[in-house]
Amino acid sequence: MLGYYLDLALRSLKRNKVLTALMVLAIAVGIGASMTTLTVMQLLSGDPLPGRSAHIYYPQLDPETGADVRKAPPDMLDYITAHDLWQSGKADRQAMVMDGTIKVQPELAGQVPFMATLVGTTSDFFPMFGVPFRYGGSWTAADGAAAARQVVISDVLNQRLFGGANSVGRTIVLNGASVQVVGVLDHWRPRPRFYLLAGARNSGGDTSFYYGKSHDVFLPVSTGLDINAGNFGWYTCWAKPDRMDLQHAPCESVALWVQLDTPAKAAAYRRYLDAYDAQQRELGRLTHPANTRMMSLQAWLAYQNVVPGDVKLQTWLAFGFLLVCLFNTVGLLLAKFLRRGGEIGVRRALGATRHAIFIQCLTEAGVIGLLGGIGGLLLTLLGLALVRRQPVEYADIVALNVPMFLFTLMLAVVAALLAGALPALRASRIPPALQLKTL
Amino acid sequence: MDILPILSTLRRHKLTAWLLILEIALTCAIVCNAVFLIGQRLQRMDMPSGVAEHELLQIQVADVVQPANPYARVQEDLAVLRQVPGVQSVAFSNQVPFGASSSNGNVLLDPDQPQRTLNATTYFGENLVATMGTRLVAGRDLQPDDFVDVDTALKALRTGDSKSLPHVTLITRTLAERLWPGQNPLGRLIYLTPTVGLRVAGVVASLVRPNAYDAATAQYTMVIPLRMGADKGMSYVIRTRPQDRARVLAASLAALKKVDPQRVVTTRRSFDEVRRRFFRDDRAMAGMLVGVIAALLIVTALGIVGLASFWVAQRRRTIGVRRALGATRGDILHYFQTENFLLATFGIVLGMVLAYGINLFLMTHYELPRLPAIYFPVGAIALWLIGQLAVLGPALRAAAVPPVVATRSV
Repeated sequence: MLGYYLDLALRSLKRNKVLTALMVLAIAVGIGASMTTLTVMQLLSGDPLPGRSAHIYYPQLDPETGADVRKAPPDMLDYITAHDLWQSGKADRQAMVMDGTIKVQPELAGQVPFMATLVGTTSDFFPMFGVPFRYGGSWTAADGAAAARQVVISDVLNQRLFGGANSVGRTIVLNGASVQVVGVLDHWRPRPRFYLLAGARNSGGDTSFYYGKSHDVFLPVSTGLDINAGNFGWYTCWAKPDRMDLQHAPCESVALWVQLDTPAKAAAYRRYLDAYDAQQRELGRLTHPANTRMMSLQAWLAYQNVVPGDVKLQTWLAFGFLLVCLFNTVGLLLAKFLRRGGEIGVRRALGATRHAIFIQCLTEAGVIGLLGGIGGLLLTLLGLALVRRQPVEYADIVALNVPMFLFTLMLAVVAALLAGALPALRASRIPPALQLKTL
Repeated sequence: MDILPILSTLRRHKLTAWLLILEIALTCAIVCNAVFLIGQRLQRMDMPSGVAEHELLQIQVADVVQPANPYARVQEDLAVLRQVPGVQSVAFSNQVPFGASSSNGNVLLDPDQPQRTLNATTYFGENLVATMGTRLVAGRDLQPDDFVDVDTALKALRTGDSKSLPHVTLITRTLAERLWPGQNPLGRLIYLTPTVGLRVAGVVASLVRPNAYDAATAQYTMVIPLRMGADKGMSYVIRTRPQDRARVLAASLAALKKVDPQRVVTTRRSFDEVRRRFFRDDRAMAGMLVGVIAALLIVTALGIVGLASFWVAQRRRTIGVRRALGATRGDILHYFQTENFLLATFGIVLGMVLAYGINLFLMTHYELPRLPAIYFPVGAIALWLIGQLAVLGPALRAAAVPPVVATRSV
């Protein structure tokens, strides 16, 4: 029976090709636009560490001694505080993170030196964030403490320097110092690059930078300070700093991440942070009123407002657009079915049941919804291709999200079915005789 | 034209009519806000920098081998760059307008105040005003003997030797007006920290921050007489004639490479590119909004065409009867045009309320200003026009229905 209804639906749609095309196009454009922006939105607002993020925390306090007292503690810690907290080892895992740039001098003749992005961190960074290795692994905690000349490099840098071969044990020259490669990362592209987010909330919603590629060079903090002093960035300083002495500079330049596996441990760490803060103020190193915080990774992402403002705006726009397109289609479908009273009367008079009429109308509406959905898929692919060509940091990771697409397709079909149901119901209720009279 | 018969007809198509009204309302609301957003973006992209943008080039280099004396290296580089044919002026700056990366400092008017007055960006470097082409409107430019080496200043800060710190600064007119409204700023003191006070020596017309995200604070700028050594974060700023830019850039790079063949050039661009890069998100957003407006208007117009076509076909016989009873073609045409006008008007009224609501939402979530009243008629006129254009075709077809239709049974 469904085959017959499909046939009827296609005939009816063919009768007025322009109108059918209009309805299908309206649904397709609505779906295409909303899916494109929704995909980007979902991509940018997802959990960068699924399964782990609930146990990752970001402790903060106010280490400044200047005249100006902030309402919120600064986005990063000074080196002394971060190092103290890190060394205490009170958390299940803890890592200091600093970023900068470093000169890489290739050994191969003909290659010119270039600047690479650098993270100075501690060995827990890799297991805590589940960073995948292709070759080798992290340096050990002991190596880190000894400022060993060891380095972990990204797959991108490994490709560039060693053509992608297993480079563990090889030596590279960073800022004039020879360091040994102990690990090569597998492809790692957290979204956003959550481990260094400081300042995102102050960038006026222009946060696509934080979705850029992850760093190329990972050095122990101690080694980094030895061979790359002066090339680490800082978030802010409360007095004029000496660039070469980051350990004692009056600057916030270090992010500290801790992993706390249970709520009890998190509460205990929070108390420890308060106690440390109080003790340091007693010693006179900290002078500002106590202002400690400890956000979970997700809370930190939300606080930093890291999803670009433009992307959020586009999502709202796209939903408005989808709504207009659906109103449009529903209106047209309604008008189309309501005009079909005569035809329905004939079918009823010839013995079709109300049920059969109802199903027939729904089939036709469903076909339009489905065609619109397929058109929407094509437009979504086109839209995503356009986003990939845009000059934004996250362009290379934009791809179709299948479950979300299925959801929108369903939305289109359901809306079309609803549009078909009402006139179908009305048409199937009227006695056949009355409808035949109007012919 | 009598609108009562039209209203009573519409009452028989309540659902379809309401759907069309809602569609028009939503389109109207989105179009009003989108046009407003485009205006905002264009205005932002037009933000003045205060410098001679079409005549400037920026070069950043990173030295692989740290020079023995970074200050001497800068002087050597500057001397080499000045020799490049076509170069009018050269400066070495810690940051550039719209360069994004910035150095900022707190401004205090009284060394003992607990909270900063505001946050201003700080440009360092000799010969900046002349090279960038910003205009001095009061006082004097920074002189060579005002300048202090950064390292000397840092050491002075640690030892408390205030003699070796910079003593003067230039500020923008906007900053002067913000700090001392209506007064002469020359000779007044600005404190960067309670121990570092700078006397305002001159006022420049305009010099935008590298991180000009907020138009209100974009001109909070100071130029401080600090001399820096070679460092990868710093920029050589070169002024030349607009038509010479490509040639001068290539020649300057070659000259810098000659000083140290090992060095890495990390940035090389004209200021037109700096501006384009800084505002590229705004440009992309504005383009997208234009696309959305066009698509929305087209979809709405097509919806009107479709619905009107249905109604015309449905009312063929009624039209025939009216024609047979003496209605002219014009009457029929006007009927459909009036009907559309009524629907559009309902939609627009609803759309205005909605537009206001959307604007309130945007104001709270995206720090946008209130939608100026001028945008409401823009949306209204756009939709009335679109509606009338869209309905014209079906209405003409209706007007062409011959009276004889009334006498036919089917």
